[in-house]
Amino acid sequence: MIDLTNINILPWLVPVGPLLAFAIIILITNRSKMVPATDKHEYGGHHPDYDGMTVPVVTPLSRVLSITVGLSGIIASLAIAWTIAGAATNFNGVFGQEVFAHSVEWLATGTTALRMGVMIDPLNTLMLIMVPLAVLCIFIYSIGYMAHDPRQSRFFSLISLFASAMLTLVVADNLLLMFVGWEIMGLCSYMLIGFWFEKDSAYKAAVKAFTTTRVADVIMFLGIVYLYSLTGTLNFRDILYNPEVLEKLGSTPALLFTGMTASSLIGVFLIIGTVGKSAQFPLHVWLPDAMEGPTPVSAMIHAAAMVSAGVYAVIRMYPLFEVGAHPHEGLMNTPLMVLTIIGGFTALFAATIAVAQNDVKKVLAYSTISQLGFMIAALGVGAYVAAAFHLITHAFFKALLFMASGSVIHAMEHGEHHVHDHGHDDDDEDEDHAHGAIAHAIEAHSHDSHAHDAHDSHGHDAHGAHVDHGHEDAHTGHKFDPQDMMNMGGLSKRIPVTFITFVIGGLSLAGFPLITAGFWSKDEILAEAWTGAAKGFGPHAFVFFMLAAAAFLTAFYTARQLCLTFLGEARTEEAKHAGLGGPSNVISITMQLPLIILAFFAVVAGFVGVPSDFPVLGGIFSPSHPWFSHFVENALVEPGPHPVFNWIPLLTSFAVAGGGLFLGWWMYGRKPLKAGEPDPLVNILGPMHNVLKNKYYFDELYAIIFIKPAQAISKATGDFIDKGIIDGILHAIATAFRFTGDLIKTFNLWLIDGFGDSIGQGIGWVGSRLRFVQTGRVQNYLLMVVFFALVLGLIFIASAGTAAN
Amino acid sequence: MPALDVFGINPLTVLIFAPALGGLLVLGLPNSKVLARWVSLIIAIGVGLLAAAVFFNYDRTVAGFQFTTNEPWFPPIKAFWTLGIDGISAAMVLLTGILVPIAVLISWEVEDRYRAHLALILFFEMGLMGVFVAQDMMIFFLFYELSLVPIYFLIKEWGGKNRQYASTKFFIYSVGGTLGMLLATQLIGLTAGAAGLEQAFNIEALTQFWPNFSPEGGLFLGTSIETVKTLAFVGFFVAFCIKVPVWPFHTWLPDAHSEAPTAGSMLLAGVMLKLGAYGFIRLVIPLFPDIWVSEVSFFGAFSVDWATIFAVLAVMGVVLGAFAAFGQNDIKRLVAYSSVNHMGFVALGIAVYASIYGKMVVSGDGDPASMQNAILAGNGAVMQMFNHGLSSAGMFLLAGAIYHKTHTRDLREYGGLWVKAPVYGAVFIFTSMASLGLPGLNGFVSEFMVVRGSWPVYTVLTAISMIGLLFTGSYILKGIRAVLQGPFNLRWRDYHLEIEPRELVAMAPLMVLMLVTGILPNWILPVINDSITRILSGLS
Amino acid sequence: MLEGFSFPVLSAIIFVPIIAGVVLLFVDGKQRDLVRGIAITAAVTVLALSALVFFVYNAQVAELMSHQDTALLTGGESVGTKMFVDGLAFVEQITWLQSLGISYHLGVDGLNAPMVLLTGMVTVAGVLISWRIQDRIREFMAFFMLLVAGVYGVFLSIDMFLLFFFYELAIFPMYLLIAGWGWIKLREYAAMKLTIYILVGSVVAMIGIIAMVFVANDYYQNDGAEVFQSAIDNDILAQGTPTFNFNMISLTLAGENGAFDVPGYAGFDMLTFAKLWFPFIFLGFGILAGLFPFHNWSPDGHVAAPTAVSMIHAGVLMKLGAFAALRAGVQLMPEGAQTHLPWIVLLTLINVVYGAFIAFRQRDFKYVIGFSSVSHMGLVSMGFATMNVVGMTGAGLQMFSHGAMTALFFGCVGMVYERAHTRDIPSLGGMIKQMPWVGFAFIIGGLTSMGMPGFSGFVAEYPIFMGLFNATGVTLTIGTWQLSNYYPIIAVFSALGIVITAAYVLRVTGQVFFGDFDAKKYPEVHDITVTDRMILLLLGIPLVVIGLNPAVIAPMVEAGVRPVVALLGGSF
Repeated sequence: MIDLTNINILPWLVPVGPLLAFAIIILITNRSKMVPATDKHEYGGHHPDYDGMTVPVVTPLSRVLSITVGLSGIIASLAIAWTIAGAATNFNGVFGQEVFAHSVEWLATGTTALRMGVMIDPLNTLMLIMVPLAVLCIFIYSIGYMAHDPRQSRFFSLISLFASAMLTLVVADNLLLMFVGWEIMGLCSYMLIGFWFEKDSAYKAAVKAFTTTRVADVIMFLGIVYLYSLTGTLNFRDILYNPEVLEKLGSTPALLFTGMTASSLIGVFLIIGTVGKSAQFPLHVWLPDAMEGPTPVSAMIHAAAMVSAGVYAVIRMYPLFEVGAHPHEGLMNTPLMVLTIIGGFTALFAATIAVAQNDVKKVLAYSTISQLGFMIAALGVGAYVAAAFHLITHAFFKALLFMASGSVIHAMEHGEHHVHDHGHDDDDEDEDHAHGAIAHAIEAHSHDSHAHDAHDSHGHDAHGAHVDHGHEDAHTGHKFDPQDMMNMGGLSKRIPVTFITFVIGGLSLAGFPLITAGFWSKDEILAEAWTGAAKGFGPHAFVFFMLAAAAFLTAFYTARQLCLTFLGEARTEEAKHAGLGGPSNVISITMQLPLIILAFFAVVAGFVGVPSDFPVLGGIFSPSHPWFSHFVENALVEPGPHPVFNWIPLLTSFAVAGGGLFLGWWMYGRKPLKAGEPDPLVNILGPMHNVLKNKYYFDELYAIIFIKPAQAISKATGDFIDKGIIDGILHAIATAFRFTGDLIKTFNLWLIDGFGDSIGQGIGWVGSRLRFVQTGRVQNYLLMVVFFALVLGLIFIASAGTAAN
Repeated sequence: MPALDVFGINPLTVLIFAPALGGLLVLGLPNSKVLARWVSLIIAIGVGLLAAAVFFNYDRTVAGFQFTTNEPWFPPIKAFWTLGIDGISAAMVLLTGILVPIAVLISWEVEDRYRAHLALILFFEMGLMGVFVAQDMMIFFLFYELSLVPIYFLIKEWGGKNRQYASTKFFIYSVGGTLGMLLATQLIGLTAGAAGLEQAFNIEALTQFWPNFSPEGGLFLGTSIETVKTLAFVGFFVAFCIKVPVWPFHTWLPDAHSEAPTAGSMLLAGVMLKLGAYGFIRLVIPLFPDIWVSEVSFFGAFSVDWATIFAVLAVMGVVLGAFAAFGQNDIKRLVAYSSVNHMGFVALGIAVYASIYGKMVVSGDGDPASMQNAILAGNGAVMQMFNHGLSSAGMFLLAGAIYHKTHTRDLREYGGLWVKAPVYGAVFIFTSMASLGLPGLNGFVSEFMVVRGSWPVYTVLTAISMIGLLFTGSYILKGIRAVLQGPFNLRWRDYHLEIEPRELVAMAPLMVLMLVTGILPNWILPVINDSITRILSGLS
Repeated sequence: MLEGFSFPVLSAIIFVPIIAGVVLLFVDGKQRDLVRGIAITAAVTVLALSALVFFVYNAQVAELMSHQDTALLTGGESVGTKMFVDGLAFVEQITWLQSLGISYHLGVDGLNAPMVLLTGMVTVAGVLISWRIQDRIREFMAFFMLLVAGVYGVFLSIDMFLLFFFYELAIFPMYLLIAGWGWIKLREYAAMKLTIYILVGSVVAMIGIIAMVFVANDYYQNDGAEVFQSAIDNDILAQGTPTFNFNMISLTLAGENGAFDVPGYAGFDMLTFAKLWFPFIFLGFGILAGLFPFHNWSPDGHVAAPTAVSMIHAGVLMKLGAFAALRAGVQLMPEGAQTHLPWIVLLTLINVVYGAFIAFRQRDFKYVIGFSSVSHMGLVSMGFATMNVVGMTGAGLQMFSHGAMTALFFGCVGMVYERAHTRDIPSLGGMIKQMPWVGFAFIIGGLTSMGMPGFSGFVAEYPIFMGLFNATGVTLTIGTWQLSNYYPIIAVFSALGIVITAAYVLRVTGQVFFGDFDAKKYPEVHDITVTDRMILLLLGIPLVVIGLNPAVIAPMVEAGVRPVVALLGGSF
């Protein structure tokens, strides 16, 4: 039996909790009762036409149980993970040279076997600290956020699986197990993005996400296979901490693209995997659409799990990419160049798009892409530690931002309900809705008469209110979009907690100097890039300037988002009535608690990485050495040099952050937009604005050059090649046979038969004889037979006599 | 290895004839659905249990065939009733033993001539088992052909609209395809007999005899022995290519599979396709190692060896199969084409195995690296056979389940059914993911091994096959999307679409196996691995 | 020699039907049950006796084979003849016309023992299927019995004259049965055609045999005197056998010692007796085996004949031709065989493919079976033409297998026709719903005929093809032009026949027995009687038994063909 006191075995248990939760919920606690469908059922604020058909709705008991199971699962993981992390941080000896590891035989391969196992080193210790915490927050948040959803139990089972997959990926000691977690996460994101599967946009986004990432995954799969076939193992330590193996990989020429070394080709393959998973250009298209999923999922995908996994994979495999290169001496190789270019480009590219988005979540989505670009670029120029640092801080503040935006959306939807249900004039609506919300949460969707007269009522008096800002209600198709920042404004008064936390997250994202985590990690990346750039290395300079520009835009669109959402006056009725339903109820509590937790980390997480030589603060936070880099770099055999403090990058980050924020405030905060007032950017950017708004038309482009042709080819293979050509040949053969048959049949009839019959006439006398016989009557036959019998008998008797003598 | 004799009869013989006798029994039963169904199910389960017993009592550490029996069968031509299993056969026997009871359980839904239907399934099992346990080429051929008959009638009588065309095409194509093989077996057996082999058709003996056979002067039947061997090889090659099916011999499959009744499709895809792949591993590779690596010149323009040709066809199957599946709007055709796509990986693995096997035989020694590739490819191929057996059977079961309730196979007429059939939806997605090769489920393990084995040998082809892997994802998602997702098609408003308990019971073992095999492939893999490793290391 | 019984079981087999036939002619035709009773009694008796002979012989085959092996090893002169004689059992020899060298001489060996059993089975089946004949049943049964007697006689005769006697005895009632009870539209033409073809053939063959007897006599009087003497001393020939005789043994002996291979026959040097006469004798009998291009009497004959007659006709009578061709042609004139079979094999190839193709395109149910018989009999002759043990064993097995199978087919056709009154394939359909037994039996027959493994057809065809591959020594010589190693190619082409067979079997099965049944169109179609079921079982079971376990019959046939191959000096 497993010895739980053994710290080496413990990592096995990290993913188990959520996994069990998944199984238990799916098999046991996910119970629904069939109730007639009404538009009270929220499928992401979308009411499919079930024509009153009975649909499954989870029972209140099932809700409570599933939530409990899910929470306990992730809490168990958290406990175990932090225990391990504690053991790792207080490890006596250099943690990193030594690790916690354990593995078992998994796949018999001839006389050897492929082993599966878990391994904890500094790098994934950090992930173990961050992931379960972020995920737990997301779980708690989901309690409230999904409280109205008829399939909340299923939701919890799926995010449990998601969490478990992510944790598997984190504790994996080999590339294959990591890939397992990687792909299962892909599945979960597919299931969760398409969670509201009735919604066209939802399942299309799900398919898009899965397919796009799969493009990358099959190539990554090749990389894994290639690595395995060269080394005979996939264990990280055996490959990455083993100079001989790396040497061998670096010296073997690649099977494809001769001229590259095997390590480069493998590296590129694996990087492509990350490009897909972390939504880097050109495979970024799926991520913004992934916003179709429930907001907790977005947080999961964009902060805690999926996209981080991509970057984590690169950091994890970094020594392999680095083979034959010394970024710190400016000596690059193919994988690193790929990282640099893709990362640098994506960072800026995505930031530009984010500027022109009006969907509160889309902005964040593109900012995610952009921030991941930061990390990838950093890795390209060898800023290993900085990338890891930014990965962690980003996880915190981005999770925060998504959930904050989620509660904004929730508040808006709440407002929408309110507008539909009652006119817009009663004072105790908060209480009323608190009650209504609890009613929803506890005994869900036993829709009472209250709902009915709500329908009737909104018909007349509420309608007027709607038409002003041109939107009809659910039943006439065109729907109010609670995610559109243009419909918001002035929310700071309606949802203060969200407002504050959102601001904290936003500043962290913008890299607001000194007090936010985002600043420290981003600054470190710039510093590292600058060190190279200063030595005159092209790639480093490229990264430095791209990221600086990107950082500026980041600050700008963050400010824009904050202002548009929270400042000024409400631009719609819904915004006016937005709210989480009072401070006291389940929803607002569960949805605000995680924000507060994360907000805390979004600030303090940065201080673990303050460079020692940073003026003043360095001395305070890291007198001898920054804890973070000191801890992490032991994950490498030979860590790169620390960047020496330099004012240029520091001032740059001051400038871009401050400048961007100010510009944003100046354009949107100084005099907030009124209802119906157009976005000033439109005038400033002119036609460019459209291009950005439409994401440089990449979806359309891909549709033309990939999707349409693929569909055409598919039709052709089935119908033309198979049914047409191949079957055509087969049928032709069959016809040939049939024809030959007829030919021979005729031949037989005419020639052979003719010949035979002519014989018949020829031998007339035989014929005549027989005719005479056969024309006679039965007596003739009898006579004949008797005669034959007699003859026979006589001959026999006679012969018997002769036989005697 | 304990003897598992049943009433003193060799267990493998029982595996072959018990289903047939059971079938006769079912035919003779009185007119009662319940009785016939339970009897046939019990028989199938009994056989399944025996198969499992055989598998789990098979001792992988011992070389050579096990549970063997060897009786004179056709003295004038020195054919013997020789049965026995090694790791590869053991896995296939187990697969058959698992799938048939499930197929029987599923065909409980058949109302029309239910006795004949159930009996035919059992007769079919006889043929399948026979092929997997036969160690005499003639017995192999016997059951290989015989297995066509029951499935032909299953398709012809219980199939869909287009069943006449499908069944005839299937039967004639298969029979025609085996002609070359028929003649080849005769030639080989005859030569062996003339050379004085006591058992002229014993596969093990032929493996020693035929590759090394070269008459004085190298002339045989008036032509060079190489030509004769190549012709014989082609005979086998085509026969098994049609069965696997390897592109472009696959066009019978979409018709047959989509028209067949659910149970028929399950066994057809689940087991029967494996007969072809198994034939390659059991006969074609050991008998013609040198031919596999002999060059074929195309009009002098360029020349490649047979193994490469096979690999190319395999990859064509992977890619075009996936494309074709993606292009279908008939759920059963989609699943059928997925078989072409998945069996392509089996074929790819076999190609690698064959090429290295051949090189080792010709050169007399193989370097450990390439031997490792061959082992992985071989393991992968056999594992993929097993896994595809599970997942394709599952997919056809589910396709049949929805067809049985909606009476349409047109994907465009479904839509959003998940809301009405939550459990069905979950099961469907699970099985689809297994078929898609999601890591953590069975399909991934075997695909990983095949790709790993073939990458160093056929690098470019393997890279191309990734397109197929990508589109596997696409058509699987297309299937899920069309059936479960999207706005609900109100046409099904008042239908009962949820999976029935019986179907769930049938799915359960499949799903458990998919999961277990995905997480701990070593419950079955070592059995296969040891045999393949032994075969290969026996060469150098 | 193997030991038989003191009781003359072979004579019993021949005379029981004769007596039954004669008796039938004197009973009152009104008493149908009596007539049927007598007929069935006789038939069952004959079947029992045949089975007895078959199994007793079969029990001794192992021992016989060891005899033959030793004979081969000791080798020397006339080993083939010796093996042939060794193989004979239940021998009955009564000198008949001393002066003409004719003796009443019967015996069983591995070749005709299965045929005897087959004839017994078909006889019983034939009587049963004619159970409900209304028109002149007495005469019908009587002639049928005579026919059976004739068939038995041919199979069992060791004396060539006797063989001919029974041969004609068989053909005559056959004519009457077809002309008198056949399908009204065709019967006169068909009966005519059949009789003419076969009579012509047999007359030609007869002349050849008589000539052969003279040559043999001439040989024994001069060069072969001591050969003859030693044969008598070694009990190969009975005491007091005249040198002028029709005894197959002595003719075989003569042939083996080259009596018919003396060049300069009829004034042409190069030409020998065997070379000249073999074609006449082989083809003369081959006509009855439906050898191309003399096959056309048979489909018409089958179609015209009443069911019972079709059964015995296709099931047994055609084997008669093949059997006689083997006995009188190949066995007596090995050298002739080696000269001529190399081209005759091409005719057999045509038989196989051609017959299959025509059957493939027939609309008439019975014609399909008729032409399929042509195709399958081609395989028998092809097996002979391989001139080696494997191939000939296959031929022997095919004779039995095809006999049972085609009788079963005609039985099924008859049962369908009797109830549906049409044989037009497209207009039939769904019969299996009404007559599951018939459908099932037809499917078994069909699988057998397409050479599906697990049924006797495969067991028979497989060795024939192997024989073709084995016939590496065979060379076709026309003048100076030589062709060798072409047998494998023949195998390849005749394999085509298998696919076509599969195609038409599927077609017929599908259209006649499956699909929708039209109850209004076929009111009389209902399930079959017990007697009919017995027929189907009787003929169907052997197909499966042999298919699954060839060991029950194959060794016997092998023992039967070994002497012939030894005479040919062929390979084992």
